[in-house]
Amino acid sequence: MATGLILSGNAELWTIVLLSLQVSLTAVVFAALIGMPAGAALAVGRFPGKRALVVLINALMGLPPVVVGLTVYLLLSNSGPLGVLQLLYTPTAMIIAQVVLVTPIIAALTRQVIEDLDAEYSEQLRSFGVSRLASVPTLLWDGRTSLLTALLAGFGRAIAEVGAVIIVGGNINHVTRVMTTTIALETSKGNLALALALGAILILIAIAVNGALGLIGTASGRAAHA
Amino acid sequence: MNKRTFLIRAAALLVGIGIGLPATSAEDRFIVVQSTTSTQNSGLFDVLLPEFTRKTGIEVRVVAVGTGQAIKNAQNGDGDVLLVHAKAAEEKFIADGGGVERFDVMYNDFVVVGPPADPAGVSGSKDVVASLAKIAESKAPFASRGDDSGTHKAELKLWRAAGVDVAAASGDWYRETGSGMGATLNTGTGMGAYILTDRATWISFGNKGDYEISVEGDKQLFNQYGVMLVNPEKHPNVKAEDGQAFIDWLTGKEGQDAIAAYKIDGQQLFFPNSTRPQS
Repeated sequence: MATGLILSGNAELWTIVLLSLQVSLTAVVFAALIGMPAGAALAVGRFPGKRALVVLINALMGLPPVVVGLTVYLLLSNSGPLGVLQLLYTPTAMIIAQVVLVTPIIAALTRQVIEDLDAEYSEQLRSFGVSRLASVPTLLWDGRTSLLTALLAGFGRAIAEVGAVIIVGGNINHVTRVMTTTIALETSKGNLALALALGAILILIAIAVNGALGLIGTASGRAAHA
Repeated sequence: MNKRTFLIRAAALLVGIGIGLPATSAEDRFIVVQSTTSTQNSGLFDVLLPEFTRKTGIEVRVVAVGTGQAIKNAQNGDGDVLLVHAKAAEEKFIADGGGVERFDVMYNDFVVVGPPADPAGVSGSKDVVASLAKIAESKAPFASRGDDSGTHKAELKLWRAAGVDVAAASGDWYRETGSGMGATLNTGTGMGAYILTDRATWISFGNKGDYEISVEGDKQLFNQYGVMLVNPEKHPNVKAEDGQAFIDWLTGKEGQDAIAAYKIDGQQLFFPNSTRPQS
């Protein structure tokens, strides 16, 4: 039954799938733009409280989605400080929540990668007269293959979470309904076969995205060693 | 592959889908309705809302949560219309200035569903209070919403009437799932518990297993739905005109007829009972 449901995938289903990808991929892009430079700076920087900050960022990888959702809801609510923006119950609100969830993951993993590279190359870079912070772009570029894993981990978190998007998105049909909220809804309707089929599609999407990014990683790795 | 090609490819892959999609229709005319899981899970909105949208061009975006959370969200001004089922809480919401005026929309009833083994011996009863007392006495498992929803409030009222202190039994035979109606039915049927549910959700529920309705037909199981506009004086962002148009339609002849016409397997799920003049 589940296979039949997948194969008969209709327009409605595609809207939901595409919105899921739209929200989570956009969130990962923004999270990467914030998290990668931040993580790299944290790796090469020398400042008091660095260890504490590293512990904090690592801990934030485990942010509970429902808490993030609630916080973003309170900010975006019409009674909240950012209510004037009228973003609650929009895909933008869902992206914001996922950016909050994913940024620490990307930052923490980036820090690890860059710290290892920095240990290897810092002497060389210093001898060229490159300052610590100025070496960040070079190190990020050098670690790009490993950093793909950080992106994928972030994407995995974003595409799989339901707690945050259901609160700030409201699971509104045709507007903010994504794969995970649909699965939650169908489960609550007792349509377990359909819910399971949707779960299978979600996993297929995750595999496809991982595969695509993996190909880029391999290609760039080969180019780097050519 | 050089640095530029890599960046372009990676960027294209990541944002391509995001940008390639048509932007969600943000400029469309729409209202947000804070409502309950029972109205959504039963499929009523799926037939009701398109009719209203066809007639008026106003899209209706439903946020389906428990009555308690729906009222809370409406209090925060996050929604234009509130459609829930807990009359006392709704009247308090109006009295506190959260909403403008409350109108009856429709009703259905609650039922108690239970396992065929019927460990409390309540099957076929029409007296819900006596049945709950029997369930408590036999310590047969009972799954409660436990989420401050309309159904949960109704259930607690019935327990009080039965003179049973469920708080004392919490975690023992009285099990609060803290989730929606459907989720509670999934959990409750899984553990062989009795469950109080609205009839609409039960009829449309797809995972009944061998469960049957044990108790029904008691006047105390009456379940009234009310609709109201969120107070635009308190929350200036409320789309008063479009929101009121929805309320007028829902409580008017067309909306009421549409509610009456909605059936699953030949069973009517909701019964319209607006007291507003029907034209």
